[in-house]
Amino acid sequence: MADVFLNEKYVGKVDNPKEFVEMLKYSRRRKEIDKNVNVYYDEELNEVHVNTTKGRLRRPLIVVKEGKPLLTEQHLQQLQSGELSWNDLVNQGIIEYLDAAEEENALVALQKEDLTKEHTHLEIAPFDMFGLTTSLVPYANNSFAAKVNTGSKNQKQAIGIYINNIMTRIDTDTNFLHYPQKPIVKTVMHDVMDYEKHPAGQNVVVAVMSYRGYNMEDAIIINKGSIDRGFARSTYFRPAVTEELRYSGGLYDQIELPDKDVIGYRSERDYRYLEDDGIIYPEAKVKEGDVVIGKTSPPRFLSSMEQYSLGNEGRRESSIAVKHGEQGIIDFVVLTENSEGNKLVEVKIRDQRIPEIGDKFTSRHGQKGVIGLIVPEADMPFTSSGIKPDIIFSPHSIPSRMTISHLIELVGGKTGALKGRQIDGTSFESESEVDIRKELLSLGFREDATETMYDGITGERMEVKIFIGPMYYLKLKHMVSNVIHARATGPIQLLTRQPTEGRAREGGLRLGEMEKDTFVAHGAASVLKERFDSDKVVVPVDETSGMLAIYDMYKKQAYSPLSGEEASISYIEMAYAFKLLLDEFKAMGIYPKLILKNKF
Amino acid sequence: MAKIRKVENKIKLGLELDELPEQLKQKIDEALKDKKVTEKQRQKIYEKAFEEYKKALVEPGESVGIIGAESIGEPATQMTLNTKHFSGVAELNVTTGLPRIIEIVDGRKTISTPSMEIYLKKEYENEEDVKKYTLQIKETNLSEISKEFNVNLEEFSIEVTLDEKKLKDLELTKEKVIKVLNKTLKKLKAEEKEGIIKLTFKSKEENFNELYKAKDKLKNVYVSGIKNIKQVLPVKKEEGYVLITAGTNLKEIMKLPYVDTYRTVSNDIFEIYEYFGIEAARQAIINEVYKVMENQGLNIDIRHLMLVADTMCNSATVKGITRYGVVKEKSSVLARASFETALNHVINAALMGEKDPMNSIVENVMVNQIIPAGTGIPKLVMDLDIKKKK
Repeated sequence: MADVFLNEKYVGKVDNPKEFVEMLKYSRRRKEIDKNVNVYYDEELNEVHVNTTKGRLRRPLIVVKEGKPLLTEQHLQQLQSGELSWNDLVNQGIIEYLDAAEEENALVALQKEDLTKEHTHLEIAPFDMFGLTTSLVPYANNSFAAKVNTGSKNQKQAIGIYINNIMTRIDTDTNFLHYPQKPIVKTVMHDVMDYEKHPAGQNVVVAVMSYRGYNMEDAIIINKGSIDRGFARSTYFRPAVTEELRYSGGLYDQIELPDKDVIGYRSERDYRYLEDDGIIYPEAKVKEGDVVIGKTSPPRFLSSMEQYSLGNEGRRESSIAVKHGEQGIIDFVVLTENSEGNKLVEVKIRDQRIPEIGDKFTSRHGQKGVIGLIVPEADMPFTSSGIKPDIIFSPHSIPSRMTISHLIELVGGKTGALKGRQIDGTSFESESEVDIRKELLSLGFREDATETMYDGITGERMEVKIFIGPMYYLKLKHMVSNVIHARATGPIQLLTRQPTEGRAREGGLRLGEMEKDTFVAHGAASVLKERFDSDKVVVPVDETSGMLAIYDMYKKQAYSPLSGEEASISYIEMAYAFKLLLDEFKAMGIYPKLILKNKF
Repeated sequence: MAKIRKVENKIKLGLELDELPEQLKQKIDEALKDKKVTEKQRQKIYEKAFEEYKKALVEPGESVGIIGAESIGEPATQMTLNTKHFSGVAELNVTTGLPRIIEIVDGRKTISTPSMEIYLKKEYENEEDVKKYTLQIKETNLSEISKEFNVNLEEFSIEVTLDEKKLKDLELTKEKVIKVLNKTLKKLKAEEKEGIIKLTFKSKEENFNELYKAKDKLKNVYVSGIKNIKQVLPVKKEEGYVLITAGTNLKEIMKLPYVDTYRTVSNDIFEIYEYFGIEAARQAIINEVYKVMENQGLNIDIRHLMLVADTMCNSATVKGITRYGVVKEKSSVLARASFETALNHVINAALMGEKDPMNSIVENVMVNQIIPAGTGIPKLVMDLDIKKKK
């Protein structure tokens, strides 16, 4: 006797739980009950659990009967010819989905050769323990698990062709790779997902060596010639969007070339690309500050008189301009209306991105790095056959990270490139490394993929053999041009008179509390003071009352309402933030009396 | 509590000295004891040493506080967070690492793992004595020295069978135990009957419930040893034996005749302060922080720790570096307000009509004036009158 639970609710008892479970499974395979039902018997608790709810994680497995998988060669042939589909196999009970609970009762063989009479199921493929992107890492079974994981994460950030109607749609913040290639070393998953129809990387020759120290700390060195030939070139798209909003009182925005008497009119130069409709024309080369869509808005607060006034009076400028630090070419313009019926204008701006120092690249094994140096092709080291690497990768990135798959891919890539074929690097089922090495040897190369190389500058032969060969490299979407920022002087905040914050607002870089401490520790008193002069003000102080005095711009002199004529006024230099603090004290009802004395 | 006396400052600061301090001279003399040195040579040595001494002095205006903070703070970032580890041998748990440092610097009254290192006098430093005293020091309750607790419902009593061997180890007798029990228990009466200690209620009205409650209470009755010492662990070191304890009781431990009072220490800074005064507490702070840093393989100049300990102790009580401790003592309103609970400090200062002397770093940074440190100290002014006279 065993208790039976349906969806974790007690429903009754059965005499022979094992038989009952088998019976259920049998009827499921014969489609007498739904295929989504899973059943499992807990021997320890003597309970049978039947689950039909949603939200269970289930995975497909090949059903095994008496040590033989139900999936036969014939099925495979039929699948290939298209006579059978996956759903047919599931419906025929050849493949079934198990949930986590039912898996407890199953004995699953990883490979066909492992099958015994006890086995109940067979894995469809051993690499299906990985997810989609992780399966794209070649030879992943040779690497440290955490690195395979980061490798798969990095691939998600790679620039490729993310969608095929890229030329007609408008997305925010997207990238598009110019000359994508299919990988020489691929996995089965590349075929399954049609990766080669939308690849995200390029095959480049990688040399594992040092070059004047510019590839330390995970940096990579790139051949200028490769960049000139179009390596890792991409396009960055960003839209400028605006709509004609309607406001109460029949007022509305207007997309137009703003009139000169509009409040906040920029300069004529800023509007130079706009056509008569107030929208930019395609293929215009724009730089930061250039207006893309001209727009005016009604005044924010209407006084009773202004309602009756005519013309543009009081309208504000609210054009969309290219953001600070950005540039590009207008790709196309879309004129439409939104769901509320307002006029909507979208302008797609494209910007060609040529690799530069600081752009991020990665192989498929979690070996990411930024460009540290771009070397003229003439200065690149070369092999005896004249091959110059596209990328120089640091050998220090290998030992501590244990990414063996990175090394095998290089050997595989070299063999594949020489032989003119793709190498299968599917985890657990890959072409063997030994065979690839033998093949490489038969092609007249060293089996360990090393080569004699010569210094590109002096022409001297290098004493060590360099590990060199093609690898699949991916350009990641993090590019310096999106984050680079510096400022000397620029906009300040209205309230505190301190510099604004953030790249978009051309902000300053804060010298924080701990950074301040370092100046103090060095005893650099004057440097410290000057660094904090960003909000310096000179205020008149009434020494009699100790309060701030008021400067009369007409009379060109300061006066104090508290002390009147007797006030002796001194001009004091202080941080504007401190002046604000004094004001706040006053607002609290605290009298912040300043007592002045000569510094010297 | 230590009394605060006003001491006239007779000590000359380093820069004001014109010759080597007496203490250093004595040290040099000691080093030169077996060597033939004429008086003239000796004076020359003093002079050379004085030159070196002056070079080693911190210059005026050096920001020792911030340099100290950085010197302790930077290695502290490398410390393994939350290390509870076993000092010496297993079983005994002592807080170390960052939590311990925070505990010390905050000046907590109750620390998470109080512990003592008890040294025995030289004549007792042998295995046998160590074993004996280990047992004697540990706080022992009745359940630890007894074999059996029985509730006799018929006679309405509790019968306790004592473990003879353990009694012997602790140098106790049944009579002594009974004496202690009668002293501590108010409702019960203890007496010996056929080798068994029998406890009965003094009044007759008690019920069974009370009897069981009394039995549980009885188990935890203190019999012998030093109170608060929950665990004692003898550890053999190169120089001899140390008894490491969980729990501290300096006062009682120091009274024991076999304890070497010169070497025995507690890690409870407040306990040390109470029995030995502020100077001992200061030294304890330095030792304890240094011990943690050393344990983690970090090397900090002891002078940074001395500075921390000095600031914590210079008001003759141990004050933590918190808003209730040292920060509260700062003379500047602005400096206090810049560290936690700004409003409280401002309002209180306003009520008192406080005056900010503006003679420290933080407040001058806030106002953006030249700070009185480093190059901000010397003031060079051109006398314009001279120019006029010409």
